[in-house]
Amino acid sequence: MADSSHGSPNTSATVAKPGQGGVDTFENPGLPPHRPRLADRNRRAEKRAERQVALLFVISIIGTLLFFVGYFFVPLNDTIARLRLQNLMLGLGTAFAMLGIGVGIVHWARTLMPDHEVTESRHEIRPEKDRADAEKIIGDIFEETGIKRRPLIRNTLLGAMVLAPLPAIAIFRDLGPLPGDVLRETMWEAGTRLTRDPSGTPIRAADVTVGSAFHVIPEGLNEAEHKLEEKAKAVVLLMRLDPEELNPSPGREDWAYEGIVAYSKICTHVGCPVALYEQQTHHLLCPCHQSTFDVTQEAKVIFGPAARPLPQLPIDVDDEGYLVATSDFQEPVGPSFWERG
Amino acid sequence: MSSSTATPAYEPKTSVGKVTNYVDSRVGGSAMVKEFGRKIFPDHWTFMFGEVALYTFVILLISGTFLTFFYDPSMAETHYEGSYLPLRGVEMSVAYASSLDISFDIRGGLFMRQVHHWSALLFVAAVAVHMLRVFFTGAFRKPREFNWVVGCVLLIMSLAAGFTGYSLPDDLLSGNGLRIIDGVMKAIPVVGTYLSFFLFGGEFPGTAIIGRLYVLHILLIPALILLLIGIHLFMVVLHKHTQFPGPGRTNTNVVGYPVGPVYAAKAGGFFFIVFGIVAAISAAFTINPIWNYGPYDPSPVSAGTQPDWYIGWVDGALRLMPGTIGAFDFEWNIPFPWGVNTLSLNVLIPALVPAGIVFMLMFAWPWIEAWVTGDKREKHLLDRPRNAPTRTGIGVAGVVFYCVLWAAASSDLIATHFLVSLNDVTYWLRFLAIAGPILGFMVARRIALALQRKDREIALHGRETGRIVRLPHGEFIEVHEPVDEYKLYRLVSFDSPEVALPAVDANGKVGLPEKVRSRASRFFFEDRVAPVTPSELNAAHAGHHGEIAEAQDRESIASH
Amino acid sequence: MKALSQSRRHPLAAVALLLLALLVTGGVYAFASTANEAKAQTTSFSESDVEEGSKLFVANCASCHGLGASGTDAAPSLIGVGAASVDFQVGTGRMPMQMDGPQAQVKPVQFTDQQIRQMAAYVASLGAGPAIPGEDILDPSEGDSSNGGELFRVNCAMCHNAAAAGGALTRGKFAPSIDGTSPKHVYEAMVTGPQNMPVFSDANITPEDKQDIIAFLDTINEQGSPGGADLGALGPVSEGLFTWIAGLGVIIAFTVWLTSRSS
Repeated sequence: MADSSHGSPNTSATVAKPGQGGVDTFENPGLPPHRPRLADRNRRAEKRAERQVALLFVISIIGTLLFFVGYFFVPLNDTIARLRLQNLMLGLGTAFAMLGIGVGIVHWARTLMPDHEVTESRHEIRPEKDRADAEKIIGDIFEETGIKRRPLIRNTLLGAMVLAPLPAIAIFRDLGPLPGDVLRETMWEAGTRLTRDPSGTPIRAADVTVGSAFHVIPEGLNEAEHKLEEKAKAVVLLMRLDPEELNPSPGREDWAYEGIVAYSKICTHVGCPVALYEQQTHHLLCPCHQSTFDVTQEAKVIFGPAARPLPQLPIDVDDEGYLVATSDFQEPVGPSFWERG
Repeated sequence: MSSSTATPAYEPKTSVGKVTNYVDSRVGGSAMVKEFGRKIFPDHWTFMFGEVALYTFVILLISGTFLTFFYDPSMAETHYEGSYLPLRGVEMSVAYASSLDISFDIRGGLFMRQVHHWSALLFVAAVAVHMLRVFFTGAFRKPREFNWVVGCVLLIMSLAAGFTGYSLPDDLLSGNGLRIIDGVMKAIPVVGTYLSFFLFGGEFPGTAIIGRLYVLHILLIPALILLLIGIHLFMVVLHKHTQFPGPGRTNTNVVGYPVGPVYAAKAGGFFFIVFGIVAAISAAFTINPIWNYGPYDPSPVSAGTQPDWYIGWVDGALRLMPGTIGAFDFEWNIPFPWGVNTLSLNVLIPALVPAGIVFMLMFAWPWIEAWVTGDKREKHLLDRPRNAPTRTGIGVAGVVFYCVLWAAASSDLIATHFLVSLNDVTYWLRFLAIAGPILGFMVARRIALALQRKDREIALHGRETGRIVRLPHGEFIEVHEPVDEYKLYRLVSFDSPEVALPAVDANGKVGLPEKVRSRASRFFFEDRVAPVTPSELNAAHAGHHGEIAEAQDRESIASH
Repeated sequence: MKALSQSRRHPLAAVALLLLALLVTGGVYAFASTANEAKAQTTSFSESDVEEGSKLFVANCASCHGLGASGTDAAPSLIGVGAASVDFQVGTGRMPMQMDGPQAQVKPVQFTDQQIRQMAAYVASLGAGPAIPGEDILDPSEGDSSNGGELFRVNCAMCHNAAAAGGALTRGKFAPSIDGTSPKHVYEAMVTGPQNMPVFSDANITPEDKQDIIAFLDTINEQGSPGGADLGALGPVSEGLFTWIAGLGVIIAFTVWLTSRSS
């Protein structure tokens, strides 16, 4: 079967046809007659093509010059317009330089180089005899090692080979620390003031009017040692609703302060900041994957790929009237992970 | 190499000859010239996409090297002091600051960044189009299956190269992309949290990830891509290029132009053309305006946060997957003896299943098709897509699936630009992600079959000329002009496998694999359109000849 | 047509086409957006303004907002929304609303500046609310654009996009592009929280910070994109579409030319 395709060259291309056996098929008529081009027949056309190719190369030269003009004679100052002009000149210069050469060469090849199609025959990848030889050589090699006859050597070698790569995996152990409990804890603790992102100034309950939204970080975050890691867990969105609209479940009645609620901004889907607050519908929308949370139902998911509500941060006010957390989040923030439980 | 001393008969006369002699007597380059100098490459515009991929990769290497001289992959904090006013004084990572410096303070830096990013997008697109060409024309069939697999790995490598590069500027957009990767990784059962901590060197975002991605992006992945390109091209030379069937072209020859000079000139010139196009785009169109996004910070996010197009489909799948359906929750808390563990199927399914299905089918396809057809012969002649209707339909289904998922990754932009509801767009795309590929398959297959019938019609009855002639007895007919033998051969020379009946095994029974195979064969070839045979053509001519001849006579009389 | 189809095959046709394409792309990006001029209103209203405003209100607004602006089922009460709210809603053409929908759309402005002033005066007289900002706080040149940029990214970019190109909200609502919105309207939107936008009161973002945000918006709006046309500033999706359609399109045109036989 395998060599049925290796007929002699120039047999009909319909060899590979089941059920027909090449009986009732068309003969390959062979290459169509060659049609000379204009430049082959006409001396003037040939000259013209030659000049066109040269012109294209000249365009390339001009393009390169344009690049240098842009590079040396358009000094960057602080304005964007100047940068834009330089970028345009460098780009167009390069474009003309490259296209001039490329189009020129191709035009040359198409019009002036020979355009007779040439036929070359295919050969078998390898003769079948070689395969038998190879099989025999490999068999001999194995035979000479005696690996089949000496299972002790074979098995210990296999064992060694299985174990040997393990250090290469284990050596990457120090790429990072083990998770431990860090995903369960954030910077928030009882008494931490809610402050504005990014300035870090504290927020009075009175500042938060109905319909407003504050992007909040814990007090002291800007001075924290691992600022971005802490921020990636601790960011909170603060909103004030009419207290009537909140429907706290038992045990969470005192997590809000006069209609002011704070929810984790980190999406429970894959962790984008859920920062879009619609003040009339009280929906929170994640701009990455469109999970939608309803603040009036304790940030329950009402649309999209997230499966869990956003964790709520319990808040209160301190003696000076500033908003403070009364504890850390009661559950891990952000996307789910295996150990979350 | 000792042969040059053994055969002193060759005395170079020309200067080219002297150089050749000098080189050959040291490294033996003559054999290469003999092998490649006049090697034949078939010419067809669809054969150029692999070259586009190769050339954009070369452009990536050139522009990328320039960028490495100025880019600093450090996540240390700094305050920007460069020329871009709206960010001056802002706290950011050194990586982002150096990316801004490349854009604003280094002459040609912005241009090189844009060249690099545009050619990256074009590179992956060219790889994809090249693969689609190979798929739709059946160029993956024996003996090229391994090369198809190498190509698939190259596609995955180019996705990896693109993704690792996308994150390097450490801007807000790519940072949120990394955050999504972190979230997806944490959803992996058992090891997910550890993987995330090892990748980021601790908690997200940490200070290690940019440097690690940088090493992958500029060292490991490009080296692997280069190696695989080498293997890929070696196999192309070994197998010789495929060609479309046609007059003079057979399964055992290659018809085209020799490397020297025509093919080399065209291919070489094409490199400059591709470079020129990328340069022109980079001159006039902004890509990845990192200065708009600002430095990465876990708190802000921008509307319209999407990955580059080649990762977009996975993001789209993440968007389409509902977290809950009715009361059914896709996040499971599974009680084990040691405690409760969380399995986040709402993340795992979209992140793994669509990509898994597409890549598995892609890798296995040459063997799936060979198994269905049972054809073990070498295939050096390509199929026109219409002549393999089922394969074409499946390919189109894949393309539609990709497009739906990419559209899903743009659902917010679709909503704002077509003034429709974001939620409705999601509902529709959820439906289309399932129904779209099926519809795409049916429509493409039907169109392919219809085109095949049209080819038959033209082969049998000739081309419609649009000339209406009235016969003596009053009947109007349209004159059909028979096609010439070359055109005719193009229309009739194709493989059309028939439905394979299940083979009977040694016990005279039909095993289950054979049953499945024969069902698959039925699915593939049931509606086949057979190529016209000479006897059919003769019969058709006999039937119509009088009419046409008569019509033509009248025609010639009328025109005189 | 015949001449065209013949010259299409002319060897220089591709070159000419390319030159044309380059010129067009170069030209397109050169369109600079016009700068916006802040025309701030003084915040003091006269008695006659209130009177005229009341008449305009009854004629144009009361059918939905109710007599005395106390609200109906169709539209909210306007008591206490302030002059800034009226100036924003009417001054951007959102009010009067043309039809019911997920949110009020921007339309050509229906009233003269004076009429808007009068209506604002009337609504302001009904109850205390945010006033129309003064000219001094709206001057972009007085603001710090990099501080404004930071605040914009934290407070605004998630809805309006980091380049102020706008974005989608739920169920057909959207955050509009604020590329080209006047400083006064930007300021008023922040203090009044129109539609579903949250209120950013002075206790949250101080007037100086708001001025910084205005300065930031003015800077990015005025300077344009350094790299050329910004493709709508929509990010990777428009870049990907551009790659597939324009980039590959041009390349395919070249491959066809390259592999075709010369005439």
